[in-house]
Amino acid sequence: MLILTHDVNAPTSSEITPESHYLNRRSFLKSAGIASASVVTGTSGLILPQSANALALPYAPIAERPDAPSYLKKKISSRKLASKNPTGETLTPYENVTTYNNFYEFGTDKSDPSANAGTIKVSPWNVKIDGLCNKPGTYSLEAWSMVVPWLGFPLADLIRRFQPKSNAKFVEFHTLLDPKQLPAQTGSALPWPYVEALRMDEAMHPLTIMAMGLYGRSLPDQNGAPLRLIVPWKYGFKSIKSIVRITFTDRAPVSTWMRLAPSEYGFFANVNPTVDHPRWTQASERRLPSSLFNQNRRKTLMFNGYGNEVAGLYKNMDLKRYF
Amino acid sequence: MTAKTIATARKFKPLLFILLLCPALWMLYQAVFAQQLLGADPAKSLVDQSGLWAIKSILLALAMTPLRILTKQTFFIIFRRMTGLFAFFYALVHFLIYSILLLGLDLSQLGNELTQRPYIIVGFTALLLYVPLAITSTHGWQLRLKRNWVRLHKLVYVIGILAVIHMTWLKKLGLTTTWPYALALVILLGIRILYSMNNKRKAQHKKQHT
Repeated sequence: MLILTHDVNAPTSSEITPESHYLNRRSFLKSAGIASASVVTGTSGLILPQSANALALPYAPIAERPDAPSYLKKKISSRKLASKNPTGETLTPYENVTTYNNFYEFGTDKSDPSANAGTIKVSPWNVKIDGLCNKPGTYSLEAWSMVVPWLGFPLADLIRRFQPKSNAKFVEFHTLLDPKQLPAQTGSALPWPYVEALRMDEAMHPLTIMAMGLYGRSLPDQNGAPLRLIVPWKYGFKSIKSIVRITFTDRAPVSTWMRLAPSEYGFFANVNPTVDHPRWTQASERRLPSSLFNQNRRKTLMFNGYGNEVAGLYKNMDLKRYF
Repeated sequence: MTAKTIATARKFKPLLFILLLCPALWMLYQAVFAQQLLGADPAKSLVDQSGLWAIKSILLALAMTPLRILTKQTFFIIFRRMTGLFAFFYALVHFLIYSILLLGLDLSQLGNELTQRPYIIVGFTALLLYVPLAITSTHGWQLRLKRNWVRLHKLVYVIGILAVIHMTWLKKLGLTTTWPYALALVILLGIRILYSMNNKRKAQHKKQHT
């Protein structure tokens, strides 16, 4: 899996969202009246950190997307970047992050998303909130907060606004369903729309991030604009993109990959080097970018290196069974 | 085969040779001059490209006999050996890039991969079976082995099937992404089965009437 691993002496979750990184406190969902979305420095997917000069930015500035909605442009131009890379590992270059990823709604090759994106219209964007909560409704995206390299805010902050009922045990997410905007949805590679879900305690964990940008700019379409999930201790397919619906429910939802191959993909999908995929080992990974003669292979860490932060969520659970 | 047919085939052979060599030259160009074209995971990209061309070439080699049957143009057979050897060449390149670049010739890692990734066993078996075919592909061996040459080279059907299984097994979505290759294989082998069944029936028919 091409997912971040953390250094053993990587910061704890409380260090990952230091007060100094709170750069902008902005409203996120206007109609929901969210006044302050917090800022998280989170890493996941292909984003991997490095020991950076404490004063220099950990990466060169990347130009904002020309078609970014005006409210995003305004927020971005007024942002301050965190000057330190808290995880101390080499960042995967922006070029790789945005041209080598899975987004099956644009095609099944890892180069397909960047080649085929551009058909999706990310502004305006509505998210429907429903299920077991006191404040359901349809909300429009209005602004955001930032992190480096993912820009986002804890999902927990968002969830609290909707006041989930006490019997809401799971949160389910849906990707946009529109073959005009996501052309591969005309095919039947996966049952559309893409569905993912988290147990409520996982969703409320401070490392679970709603991302709207990366590398100091708003998300490119191919990376799940305008709103995507980041769950850094799980395999990448849990981090659902271009979310249009969030539902609170009391029963464990069936995610897309579970429905497709229940023996290969479980609900939790925690990064776990001791549990192999039936068709391949998951004990090691190659940190990208690699080069022709250096594969950058390393051992995969339990919970992607976030064991200190998240192992408690799975106490007394047989992770071989609940994979 | 008439002299004219052979002459026509000989004319097209260099063209086919160059066409089949193009993917290899393109891969070499990317590796040496344009690594940015190989993306974030360059060695894996070369492994994928060479593997895909091995599959495409073996399907093309397997298409020569059906093409001969369907078009009644015997010169397709003149292309068969070369196309089959290209398939072996791409499979070998695929294996070498995988073991040298991707695994860094780490034999213990190779052992792990062979036991923990079953699709690699299938691919490796296909390559091993292909070696005797490549060695005995010359005219000299053909004369030496006589009827056994034909028997031995029927292995190419098994190799084709193993290759498509290998490719399907390693894809996250399986047949959903590899079905065009699987379908082509089924059609190419199916034509042979129908043709030989038809021949047997004809032979029997003849027997009964003589």
